[in-house]
Amino acid sequence: MTWGTTDLTVRYPHTLALDAVTFAAPAGQISAVVGGDGAGKSTLLRSLVGGVRPTSGRVDAPALREIGFMPTGTGVWRELTVAENLDFVAAAYGVRDRDRRAALLAAAGLEQVTGRLAGQLSGGMRQKLAFTLAMLHAPRLLVLDEPSTGVDPVSRVELWRLIARAAVDGAAVVLSTTYLDEAERAGTVCVLDNGRVLRSGPPEDVMSSTPGTITVTDDPPDRDLAWRRGRQWHAWHPGPPLPGETPVAADMEDAVIAATLALREQGPSAATSDPSATTPGPDTATSGLPPTTPGPDTATSATTPGPTTSGSPS
Amino acid sequence: MWAMIFKEFLELRRDRRTMAMLIVLPLLLLVVFGYAASFNVSTLTTDVVGPGATQAAAALRAPFEVGRVDPAAGDAEARERLRTDRADVVLVTGGDTAVALVDGSNLFGAQAAKAALARTPLKVEVLYNPDLKTSWVMVPALVGLILTFIGTIVTAIGLVRERQAGTLEQLAVMPFRPSDVILGKIVPYYLLAALDLVVVTLLGRLLFGVPFAGSVLTFGLGAGLFLFVVLGVGVLISTVSQNQGQAIQLALMIMMPQILLSGMIFPLDAMAPGVRWIGYLLPLTYFTKLSQGVMLRGDDLASLWLPLVVLAGMAVVVFTAAVLRFRRDLAPSQPSTGAAAGGAS
Repeated sequence: MTWGTTDLTVRYPHTLALDAVTFAAPAGQISAVVGGDGAGKSTLLRSLVGGVRPTSGRVDAPALREIGFMPTGTGVWRELTVAENLDFVAAAYGVRDRDRRAALLAAAGLEQVTGRLAGQLSGGMRQKLAFTLAMLHAPRLLVLDEPSTGVDPVSRVELWRLIARAAVDGAAVVLSTTYLDEAERAGTVCVLDNGRVLRSGPPEDVMSSTPGTITVTDDPPDRDLAWRRGRQWHAWHPGPPLPGETPVAADMEDAVIAATLALREQGPSAATSDPSATTPGPDTATSGLPPTTPGPDTATSATTPGPTTSGSPS
Repeated sequence: MWAMIFKEFLELRRDRRTMAMLIVLPLLLLVVFGYAASFNVSTLTTDVVGPGATQAAAALRAPFEVGRVDPAAGDAEARERLRTDRADVVLVTGGDTAVALVDGSNLFGAQAAKAALARTPLKVEVLYNPDLKTSWVMVPALVGLILTFIGTIVTAIGLVRERQAGTLEQLAVMPFRPSDVILGKIVPYYLLAALDLVVVTLLGRLLFGVPFAGSVLTFGLGAGLFLFVVLGVGVLISTVSQNQGQAIQLALMIMMPQILLSGMIFPLDAMAPGVRWIGYLLPLTYFTKLSQGVMLRGDDLASLWLPLVVLAGMAVVVFTAAVLRFRRDLAPSQPSTGAAAGGAS
């Protein structure tokens, strides 16, 4: 089963939040939505859970009862204890399986703090509680809006362990993140920029489709086309490597930044929601890099995004 | 320092609520204390009954304003007119000495009447609050004020807390019907406010000896309607507030006129007509009339129809608006169909 959106456009009074976005979230897989502030990540996720009514296009999602959602800012009830939070959500979804609840608590490392107020938990523990709440009813679609933002590195590792387990257990996991190293761990990545799909597909495809050339330097010639990576700079220019240049293989961060820079160079019309239909721009063509080739999941999402269920918010 | 001052002005200019408080509050206080803050009742509606009613009515001077003159009526009718709040004073003629019956539940009116009648040979009998105790008049009104406080401020804060914590968004995508969420949020406050109503009323009786002359059911009906109004106002405030500070600010701006203009502190009769009409638009005005009527005078449903009908009307309008607004918050965001450009988060 694949959930997702097809040509989804969401237009607010003064903002085009999503522009014909096609996105697929297959069951048993983590699908990451990345992009900068205002890219449209939260709007896409909220569309999947029925929080936003589409202007046009299609949303394929299970019924609300089969969706788990973790909004930005965790969405836990701070004045309730961990146990009371779980009790409330269990009652709302009619979950009576105490074993599942205990297993989730143990996996999240929260079994020792069930009597503590959620507001008194550390940021990481609160995120894990929010995740546990979203997972309690074993949803078929798990939507997590920036679950690891503001979480310390150790808690991020633990959180990701939980997320990966949810996917292994069969849930379609959709998460937005600003941490591009996290996106590399996902099965598919959708890179959004100003409401449009900039790149989409398995992480390796997104990275291999990086346009232009990236080099490592201590003194970039044009700082508008360079970004810091630790103590060094990565610089980008369109086209193939220049004589004497040694290009570096792009990781996800390089790929997303390079794609964004390439888009800015070409103008906004260069972006497309369907990577299979991408017409390589001059940079891509001349660089010798292959045109964006979507993975099998993405190809499926663009054409047959799965059956529309009764729970489809549209 | 100049940068700090400039920044503060910029922020103030964009904080419309604070600006409104800066502008509206001084104007409100000026108007209230200029036109409403008076304990001097200059007009007392005075009915005259008994065989000598016509002559007695002709002899009446300010502050007594002659209302109904009925030579055929007697003492019982006179007391009934006071009980049903149709007159402040009723002059009963026909005995050896004419008796002036004064409504003690209208504290300042009764004080003015006693002062004016002291210069006459009339026998004065103060009903419903014979010792003219302030607490007897204030406690029924305070019950309304406390309900307003809980219903408006506490409800608004509780709902805004949900929004601020991001859990309202969570509730919207959980398998609840909007009515489940709305009722689930409001019922606890309604019950708590009802409990407070009972506690405050009982304490008022125990500590201050305030009588409860009327029907508990009538009082409960009026209080129930009033609670719907104030809870509705609380919900409405929450729907236009992004955080608890904003909610408290707005709730105070709505509560302040109720405290000052509902007749709870300053008698409505002593206010300038324009300001008095503001008082007639406020729910606490009608609850105060109702609670004083039931507790002190033992008013029944028939004589309290006006405050009950007004409160019922207000409850329907305010509560419906509140539920519709709240339901909109829970519904999916409604995108526009017009052209636009730019990004969104």
